[in-house]
Amino acid sequence: MSERIREKLHILADAAKYDVSCSSSGSNRKNTNKGLGDANGSGICHTYTEDGRCVSLLKILLTNHCIFDCAFCVSRKSNDIKRAAFTVDEVVELTMGFYRRNYIEGLFLSSGIFKNADYTMERLVRIAKKLRLENKFNGYIHLKTIPGASQELLTEAGLYADRMSINLEMPTESGLKLLAPEKSHDDVKMPLGFIKDSIIALKDERKIIKHVPKFVPAGQSTQMVVGATPETDMEIMYSANEYYKNYDLKRVYYSGYIPISYDDRMPIIGTQPPLLRENRLYQTDWLMRFYGFDVHELLNTKNPHLDVDIDPKLSWALRNMDQFPIDVNTADYRMILRVPGIGVGSAKKIVMARKFGRLRSDQLQKIGIAYNRAKHFIRCADSIFQRNEPEPMHVKGLILSESNSKYLKVPQNQLSLF
Amino acid sequence: METYVFDGSLEGLLTAIFEFYERKPKSIALVSKQHFEPLLLTEVFEVVSDEPKARRVWEGMRKKIGSDWLLRFYKAFLSEQPVMFQQLFVFACYIFDNPKGAEQNFGHPAVIAVTQMERSVSRERHRMKAFIRFQETIDGIFYAPVEPDYNVLPLIGTFFKNRYADQRWMIYDLKRKYGLYYDLQSVTEIVLEQLPETKSAAYLKKDLLHDKEQLYGLLWQDYFKSTNIPARKNMKLHIRHVPKRYWKYLTEKLPDPDAYF
Repeated sequence: MSERIREKLHILADAAKYDVSCSSSGSNRKNTNKGLGDANGSGICHTYTEDGRCVSLLKILLTNHCIFDCAFCVSRKSNDIKRAAFTVDEVVELTMGFYRRNYIEGLFLSSGIFKNADYTMERLVRIAKKLRLENKFNGYIHLKTIPGASQELLTEAGLYADRMSINLEMPTESGLKLLAPEKSHDDVKMPLGFIKDSIIALKDERKIIKHVPKFVPAGQSTQMVVGATPETDMEIMYSANEYYKNYDLKRVYYSGYIPISYDDRMPIIGTQPPLLRENRLYQTDWLMRFYGFDVHELLNTKNPHLDVDIDPKLSWALRNMDQFPIDVNTADYRMILRVPGIGVGSAKKIVMARKFGRLRSDQLQKIGIAYNRAKHFIRCADSIFQRNEPEPMHVKGLILSESNSKYLKVPQNQLSLF
Repeated sequence: METYVFDGSLEGLLTAIFEFYERKPKSIALVSKQHFEPLLLTEVFEVVSDEPKARRVWEGMRKKIGSDWLLRFYKAFLSEQPVMFQQLFVFACYIFDNPKGAEQNFGHPAVIAVTQMERSVSRERHRMKAFIRFQETIDGIFYAPVEPDYNVLPLIGTFFKNRYADQRWMIYDLKRKYGLYYDLQSVTEIVLEQLPETKSAAYLKKDLLHDKEQLYGLLWQDYFKSTNIPARKNMKLHIRHVPKRYWKYLTEKLPDPDAYF
């Protein structure tokens, strides 16, 4: 018995690990029934794998049997691998047992498609329902939306899940068509839109009726694979931006493609995953969501690719030297946030602290800004008058000579075109 | 300069602040008894912890800075760092001597010191929420030994109570020799006369553990390995997120599963 469950867990965790989302935050499910678990408040990473990724949820597939043959997926029909399937009770027991020991924040349940979409979705919903109703489980549940599942099933899933997600897989429709001819972005848009509308409808209802059930309280997310198909960074981020705007997504995840197939449409096995590119995309994503940047400022037809050697915020600043230096003692919060080396926390502190007197550089350093980077873009109480306009390439050289990026040691598989 | 020596408790620290305003010396150094080394020429004033005095200071601060900042003050205190006591004293005086809102002056050294220490303690509290691993005993109590850098148990009781409302649990701070115990009703502080027998540093002897404990430990270790992507290996990042000093108590980091079960 125990050997079989160990083998299943191995196969089905291994197959699920390419889905990068592991967030357990954003829900508001409190433990009010004296049951197990509480998904109220911030997420928790209970451990990190040796590749440095957060482990917050028990992330598994219900089964890796699949009727589809998507070239980028390890569980594709034509791939010769071991197959397995959990029973409903096995998943419930594992989740409860792991949660009780404080190993996890909850369950992330995905699945290969067996028989058809409804059949698969129904199994996923059954597990979530059993956890919630029979086991009084209030931990976090992330359910995958199976493309093509009926609206009744999606509605039911939304009542038990904290978050739901459905993957775009490839950033553009043409990329997807190349590797998974049976799939289309429309299959993704439909359920994303349906769940978004249901969330809004219930929110409105809540204004009138007090006890409206929770419905996907932590919202929806999606993922796209980067580097399997030849999209530019601009195409990727424009696509992400569109989904953030149209579907009110909480997160878009970018997953550097890890070669798992000899298919000649994609990078060959053994190719390094594009980790640096992935990192730059996440930095851009953050700038869009927390730093007030419009995606068009960061990426446009003049600059369709993110710089490899410097981050997108610094890159933007160097392209817009006419907007700097700014005086931190008088500038708008909005502009302070745009200074390379100043984060959200420090920007807020600066705005509060400057009410008590003009800030000096030593105070800025104590507040916690990356002063060596920021100093090229700011003025403060003890700044020395500077006569020459700083030259962008010169500033870049100074900053690069002082910083040693952790990525410079990582081998690069993306060659620049020029 | 006078040296105020207090007993190391929050009540003592607050009393010291009260005495300072009562006795009005020019400046003082605040030291806990534990860290006090008498020198020939220091003038010493021994602070006697006094609840009503402490309460007055506490409430006075609440009026000035509100509950949020009061919690920050308390968290910084739980760091138990000798230099912090002096900083908290300076911070309190700065708050009392200035109009409302002074705590937002992030250019002031004491405000910065308290803020930074509060963040550090919060980080340790968060790590405890993440890294605590329970082992189920034969009598159905979920037991977790810990050795946090700071005294964070007072900050995590409610969190674990809300989360594990339907199971009895005990979190024991081996460094500070006290723990929290939840009996399905409420959380109480306890001191164990004798610690349960362990096989390794962290793991209870097999005959103290529930039948299922070994399997869950193994499954978790398996899962930890299976969910890793070797092509992305990045040990530096791994260790930054899971510092080595915590490995001792992490089920997934124990070297050989048979060695401890």
